[in-house]
Amino acid sequence: MPRQTPWQTTGPFLHFGLPWKGAADLAGDSDLGSRPDLVADGHDYAIARNHSGRSKIGGERIELTGHVWDNTGAPVLDALLEIWQANAAGRYASHEDDRTDLTLDEKFIGYGRCALDAQGGFHFRTIRPGRVPGPGNSLQAPHIALGIIGPGFLKRLSTRIYFAGTPENEDDPILNLVPEMRRQTLLGRSEPGSNIFRFDIRLGGERETVFFDI
Amino acid sequence: MADPLPYLRDDNKVQPPLKCEEFRASVVRAPTQALVRIPHTLTETTGPSGHGVWEKLMGPAVTDLTRQHKGEPLGERIVLSGRVLDENDRPVPNVMIEILQANSCGRYVHGYDQHDAPLDPNFTGAGRVISDAEGHYRFVTIKPGAYPWYNDWNSWRPSHIHFSLVGPAFANRLVTQMYFPGDPLFPLDAIANAVPKDARHLLVCRFDKATTAPFWALSYQFDFVLRGRAATPMVH
Repeated sequence: MPRQTPWQTTGPFLHFGLPWKGAADLAGDSDLGSRPDLVADGHDYAIARNHSGRSKIGGERIELTGHVWDNTGAPVLDALLEIWQANAAGRYASHEDDRTDLTLDEKFIGYGRCALDAQGGFHFRTIRPGRVPGPGNSLQAPHIALGIIGPGFLKRLSTRIYFAGTPENEDDPILNLVPEMRRQTLLGRSEPGSNIFRFDIRLGGERETVFFDI
Repeated sequence: MADPLPYLRDDNKVQPPLKCEEFRASVVRAPTQALVRIPHTLTETTGPSGHGVWEKLMGPAVTDLTRQHKGEPLGERIVLSGRVLDENDRPVPNVMIEILQANSCGRYVHGYDQHDAPLDPNFTGAGRVISDAEGHYRFVTIKPGAYPWYNDWNSWRPSHIHFSLVGPAFANRLVTQMYFPGDPLFPLDAIANAVPKDARHLLVCRFDKATTAPFWALSYQFDFVLRGRAATPMVH
């Protein structure tokens, strides 16, 4: 049987191909997520924007923002974040998810990318995902899968964004595998009444983010 | 619904660690605490799929990197093709394969690239293609040049092409670099050497005269192997 292809780092020059214009706007038509400022003039065909008409996607609009810090506490400025999530009904736009009783939204794919900006920040616009099944007959709390790739990362780091203040978090089968002290690192937090969730990612220190072995 | 069939885990005889002292940039970018192992739920076993999903997200395929500008790029034209398979030796269709590379002089069209080598106005070095029903893919490009980088004093990267593959599942994402046979810089490369010694050859493509375009371009073959599905559901 063939053996897995080994992982290698993206290197620092990912911006002229991987984060296309609008990659971080899963529910709208802005150019969020790309870094055309890092691409030499006349060489941006690979990051052109393609989508339109996403304003009609159903669901509660949310924004995800935050920064990434390395294990010494220095900001990471050049990584790429990727997210994958279910739609508002809790269905993935994937043939693997065959729960046809839940609606699919043709314009919502649920996959996005965001290159960190010059200050190391990220900013996704999306919709709040519904609940999806967990092991056995459990249900998972609403969450968004997050991957980090970039220079210095020999493999992807994988984590999840949950939403602080969601009662379903208490019974989430994945959160419950995480030592209680560290669960708060997986919660996006918003000010009362705001739909902007802050989720900072730390590779070290007292509040080091939990990363998953998937 | 029944639990989804999980994917096989990272093969540690093949995959690099998160931290490798010789590759300096990795030292501060590895988490200090152990990863928390989780079972595969629908979140991990799904990924964007369906006809036209990638075009909808990113736009049409770009498979010939030598025809994206007014003129033809300088350098050695090559055909690069192969298949996407899984560990169970099954073809994987509908995988989004992205390609990123330097030009023939070893220079990227990127603001961070300070290498004293010329840009080629006719070469960008980015492309993407979706694997077909049998897992096949094919690009036409230019063989990239070697270039110096800041790791040790006077480190040079061997000629290489970056690949990003988004497969059927969040769990079997792959980002890698492909190298060329016989490159004297390959055994010296700290990034390739982060992979266990017995597995490094898996990163090298194969010269293939049979698929050359006669009187036009030489050809290399490279197959990707994504994590496959476990034979039976794991007990959680």
